[in-house]
Amino acid sequence: MTHAWLEKNSMLLLIGIILVIAIGGLVEIAPLFWVGGTVEKVAGMRPYTPLELEGRNIYVREGCYVCHSQQIRTLRDEVERYGHYSLAAESMYDHPFQWGSERTGPDLARVGGKYSDEWHRAHMADPRSVVPESIMPPYRFLFDTPLDYRDIRKVLVANQEVGVPYSKDQIAHAKEDLEAQADPDADGTRDFQKRYAKAQVRDFDGDPKHITEGDALIAYLQMLGTLVDFKSYQADAAGHRR
Amino acid sequence: MQTDIAASSPSTRYDHWFMPGVIFFGLLASLIEAARSPDPRMVAQAWIFGTCMAIIGAWYMWMYVGRTPVDETRPYADAVVKAGVAASMFWGIAGMLVGVIIALQLSFPHLFYFPDLPWTNFGRMRPLHTSAVIFAFGGNVLIATSFYVVQRTCHARLWGGSLSWLVFWGYNTFIVLAGTGYLLGITQSREYAEPEWYADIWLTIVWICYLLTFLGTLWKRKEPHIYVANWFYLAFIVTIAVLHLVNNAAVPVSLLESKSYSAFSGVQDALTQWWYGHNAVGFFLTAGFLGIMYYFIPKRAERPVYSYRLSIIHFWSLIFIYIWAGPHHLLYTALPEWAQTLGMTFSIMLWMPSWGGMINGLMTLSGAWDKLRTDPVLRMLVVSVAFYGMATFEGPVMSVKAVNALSHYTNWTIGHVHSGALGWVGYVSFGAIYCLVPWLWKKKLYSNALVEWHFWLSTLGIVLYITSMWVAGIMQGLMWRAYNEFGFLEYAFSEVVQAMHPYYIIRALGGVLYLGGTLVMAFNLWKTISSGVPVAAAAPALVAEAAE
Repeated sequence: MTHAWLEKNSMLLLIGIILVIAIGGLVEIAPLFWVGGTVEKVAGMRPYTPLELEGRNIYVREGCYVCHSQQIRTLRDEVERYGHYSLAAESMYDHPFQWGSERTGPDLARVGGKYSDEWHRAHMADPRSVVPESIMPPYRFLFDTPLDYRDIRKVLVANQEVGVPYSKDQIAHAKEDLEAQADPDADGTRDFQKRYAKAQVRDFDGDPKHITEGDALIAYLQMLGTLVDFKSYQADAAGHRR
Repeated sequence: MQTDIAASSPSTRYDHWFMPGVIFFGLLASLIEAARSPDPRMVAQAWIFGTCMAIIGAWYMWMYVGRTPVDETRPYADAVVKAGVAASMFWGIAGMLVGVIIALQLSFPHLFYFPDLPWTNFGRMRPLHTSAVIFAFGGNVLIATSFYVVQRTCHARLWGGSLSWLVFWGYNTFIVLAGTGYLLGITQSREYAEPEWYADIWLTIVWICYLLTFLGTLWKRKEPHIYVANWFYLAFIVTIAVLHLVNNAAVPVSLLESKSYSAFSGVQDALTQWWYGHNAVGFFLTAGFLGIMYYFIPKRAERPVYSYRLSIIHFWSLIFIYIWAGPHHLLYTALPEWAQTLGMTFSIMLWMPSWGGMINGLMTLSGAWDKLRTDPVLRMLVVSVAFYGMATFEGPVMSVKAVNALSHYTNWTIGHVHSGALGWVGYVSFGAIYCLVPWLWKKKLYSNALVEWHFWLSTLGIVLYITSMWVAGIMQGLMWRAYNEFGFLEYAFSEVVQAMHPYYIIRALGGVLYLGGTLVMAFNLWKTISSGVPVAAAAPALVAEAAE
């Protein structure tokens, strides 16, 4: 009776359990960090702008992921409904990932540019005013709450520490960049757009006097899925195959 | 064998330094955060945590200063088990109530949303529901039953003196911290791992104390063999520790702010999270509760476990295979194909050990099936195992890629989770608590008729819940992929949302019935404790611990 060994010695049992549960995780997860092609090399991906990142923080804070996925699967109907299937590269700067597990509401991986800012404002303030069938909660308060970005530089530094390649320049100008993105008349617009390619600059919440949480969230939603140029992306090119 | 701390001289009571020390440093940390943090949410959390520490400190002084609690003079530490049972019932009702509320929000959004109260929104309440039922209700059931079972099967008092109380109070403080955090908007938005870094650190401390209490009691045991239920409890405690530490690796913005950023990103983060998420199911909601099954069913049926050999195979194959199943949450996504295939393959293999366990549980009733007619508590335990079998068959089916293409992202998943949660976890917990309360308080159960009411109310609730979600989920999946005769997608997303309406109402009704059953149970237990008839005999001894 060899099993009696384990049954009579709690430390052997403990070590046995740890060994047995370690195998699966190590074999499945560890290779994702070094097997080439796990994350495709694509043009266009860049770290989030400070305003987008604050918007993403609000998305995370409000638990949007419990109803909205951000992951278009490689299935015909999903590609036709939402756009090109999601690439691993598109969430490479997402700490944490927000792929979600449920579509009580639609997928948001490529919601950027699909609706106007004004639609987003109306929809978030009172979802049923624009989509009568909607069962989404109201988020009017976002437009009354000023965005608290006192710690924006630290936020970028924390992201840098977990691997997002923010440059020294981007971190040094975090606060100016955040303000410049929400104000089309600001002086720093050109510098900001140099630091963040394809970044959209405008007053997202329709209230030029204040930078609200609504500004940040709409800036985030409007850039989702817009960075990679799928006209030039080739799934079979070297470095994309998995 | 180690010496019993509780029984040795007062000068060696290290636990009388340890727990007050933890409370002291907890208070200190909360005061520093409250005074220095620029983050209003962190300040609120600091006050909440500080209040918890103050309450526990006051309780500790009342309990230990100048006296030895009566409980410590007894052979088994049962007071902490009683506290765990009470906490389980409290959190169970709270968590199910929140579940009913959010089900009503999805059914009647114009009635149950309040634009001026952001904390009542679905996005903040849904993690409150899942954490309250899984970690608060389920966690307290696991802590209470594991403390009870490990003492009885080892014939030893819990190791560590007041350490088990630190586990109880500390764990419930974690629950309060996590739940209030969600409402305030503090979350990592990682499913089932929402609490932020400081709550995670606190849970790590508590969990190490839990592991030590459990292991220490195993070391003190007077039985040569470690009983099978304890293998499952140990695997649950150890694996949850590993999952928790790896999945919550994160860098906080500063030590004075609540927000953190996860160490991993994108696809690596996705698989790490679902390795965690699926094994929270596998080890928290399965292995731990199988520990309950392996003790309470044999005990209640007064029969030995059906097969000792099957227990061994069940145990090792279950914990080995479960760990691999995570990728089935990420089929057809940007996760590499090889990992998806591996995840699907192991998920299908998982059917076998799961049913091995089910057979071992059900067949334990051999020769005692007649008791199902007269003992509604045993019936609840047995039906829980039947639900376990059903859910662990449905799971592998849903992890087949072709099925998952339809079922993923739909309400079918919600239905699947609830057949496991309401049927298996809920019923096995209720069964164990119905056993424990009369044993611990040495009273006769107030009313068997009320147990019948509980059983039928909640069974009806489960049936409404899972059938409505099956229909809703399959309909949702089919509508999303439906094409019209011109080759265009047939339905707009909003039309699919609209089609869910009646099923959301039926689901909410199912939840109300299930909650109603739990309230009946709470009443029954309350009457048992407050005015039940005392019984002299303690719990019956476990019949021959598995034929060897």
